[in-house]
Amino acid sequence: MIYFDKVSKIYPDGSTALEDVSFTIEPEEFVSIVGHSGAGKTTLIKMLLAEEKPSSGGVFFESVDVHDLKNKEINNLRRRIGTVFQDFKLLPHKTAYENIAFAMEVAGKTEEEIAADVPHVLDLVDLGDKMLNFPHQLSGGEKQRVAIARAIVNHPDIVIADEPTGNLDPVNTQDVIRLLKKINDLGTTVILTTHNKGVIDSLGKRVVTIEKGKVVRDDKKGHYIL
Amino acid sequence: MLWVKIKRGIKSGLISFLRNGYVSLAAILIMVITLFMISGIIFAKATFESTLDVVKNKVDINIYFIPEAPEDDIIAIKKQIENLPEVSKVDYISRQDVLDNFKTAHADDETNLQALQELPDNPFGARLNIKAKEPSQYAGVATFLENQHLLSKDGIPIVEKVNYQKNKLVIDRLSNFINSADRIGYFLTLLFIIVSIAITFNTIRLAIFISKDEIAVMKLVGASNRYIRWPFVVSGVVYGFLSALIVLILLYPITFWLGPKTQDFFAGMNVFKYYASNFGQIFLILMSSGIFIGAISSYLAVRKHLKV
Repeated sequence: MIYFDKVSKIYPDGSTALEDVSFTIEPEEFVSIVGHSGAGKTTLIKMLLAEEKPSSGGVFFESVDVHDLKNKEINNLRRRIGTVFQDFKLLPHKTAYENIAFAMEVAGKTEEEIAADVPHVLDLVDLGDKMLNFPHQLSGGEKQRVAIARAIVNHPDIVIADEPTGNLDPVNTQDVIRLLKKINDLGTTVILTTHNKGVIDSLGKRVVTIEKGKVVRDDKKGHYIL
Repeated sequence: MLWVKIKRGIKSGLISFLRNGYVSLAAILIMVITLFMISGIIFAKATFESTLDVVKNKVDINIYFIPEAPEDDIIAIKKQIENLPEVSKVDYISRQDVLDNFKTAHADDETNLQALQELPDNPFGARLNIKAKEPSQYAGVATFLENQHLLSKDGIPIVEKVNYQKNKLVIDRLSNFINSADRIGYFLTLLFIIVSIAITFNTIRLAIFISKDEIAVMKLVGASNRYIRWPFVVSGVVYGFLSALIVLILLYPITFWLGPKTQDFFAGMNVFKYYASNFGQIFLILMSSGIFIGAISSYLAVRKHLKV
């Protein structure tokens, strides 16, 4: 489904973020990408979202190189990928409800669909009673659950979670990981980047380890080894 | 679908206008100042023009006839001059009128009046006052008068003097002044408008800069550029609309207060009357420039942040 083909990223100042990275992600897989800060995990994610271009190599999504896509097609690609970030990236002037509704509006859903789906997905992440709160009125864990609800509301093919637990306490971390697992069980591909050892060890799923821009390890039922 | 998009754009533009209260307020205040500048220019230009008109009307060419000149001959000359394309008006002032005017003007001057009484006849000749359509045309009229030897039917010169030469300097200066004043006026108008648009643009750009992370998030959930831009442009239009409304309302008491003062100072021009009688036009100018500046500034300012 997703294929990184000999991807390298060298910045103009000569620093190398990624070097010759190749691996494949199958549909409905749960892949964790681990590594130290600065190892290149986020760069990899940004390339999949067509936010950054590789210096060489290709990033394929269903056999199309995402960096050959036009602006409009990139927008369509991003609507098929749900994203969750460490810093939540919610729209501060919109309520929890509106944040999720926005993603649906962007995808061209009708008002009826929005009115039906948003409360449902908020219930799913256990925030049915906070749908009219603004992000600043929510705790970190709640914000991240809103972000997850936004990521899945359009029934994406993939959910990418870039360090989703980086700002959360252990209890909220477990909540978020449990949600991601549930999403994966329902048939959505999940890509998780993290450097949280406990999370990886408890998951028991595939782990790709990146170190200094290179893939050093790819285990089917991996542990966090660095 | 298009209608749904437009509706959503307008709705979210209005919502973000309300939720970004302070930013909206700042943008509106700056735009109010801009629009005040534009309306100030409108009023200044009107005042300037009406004052110049008054001054222009005071310039003329006078032909003084000798007292013996027959009235018929003078009327004939008057008709001849009126046929010139440059001439807007010719006034005939008879000998008696000149005498009456003199008496009124010197009503307190006993010596002069007594001297007048000593004379056997009215010592004054009749006069023609000529007004040209434009100050620059006086030279042409004067040349005509010089080339035309204005004589009576009997061939006796009846013109005592033409005072154009004396007025010439004043007239020339005035035409120069009016020309350069016009040019400077246009230049200043343009400059002020550019400066105020730049200030407004910068304010809105700052307002949007605050939203730059939001724009990045919108891009990440797959919103198209047009979809992101719409609400900002709507906010910009609302800024412009409200600012124009505020300025139009404030101009009422301001011109009301300034009206009598300007009337005394600028030869009859009352800004309040001007505002009242040209309200439709001023309304259109302020509304359209406000909305235009707001929309264009927002459009350009968002563009900068759309490259994610």
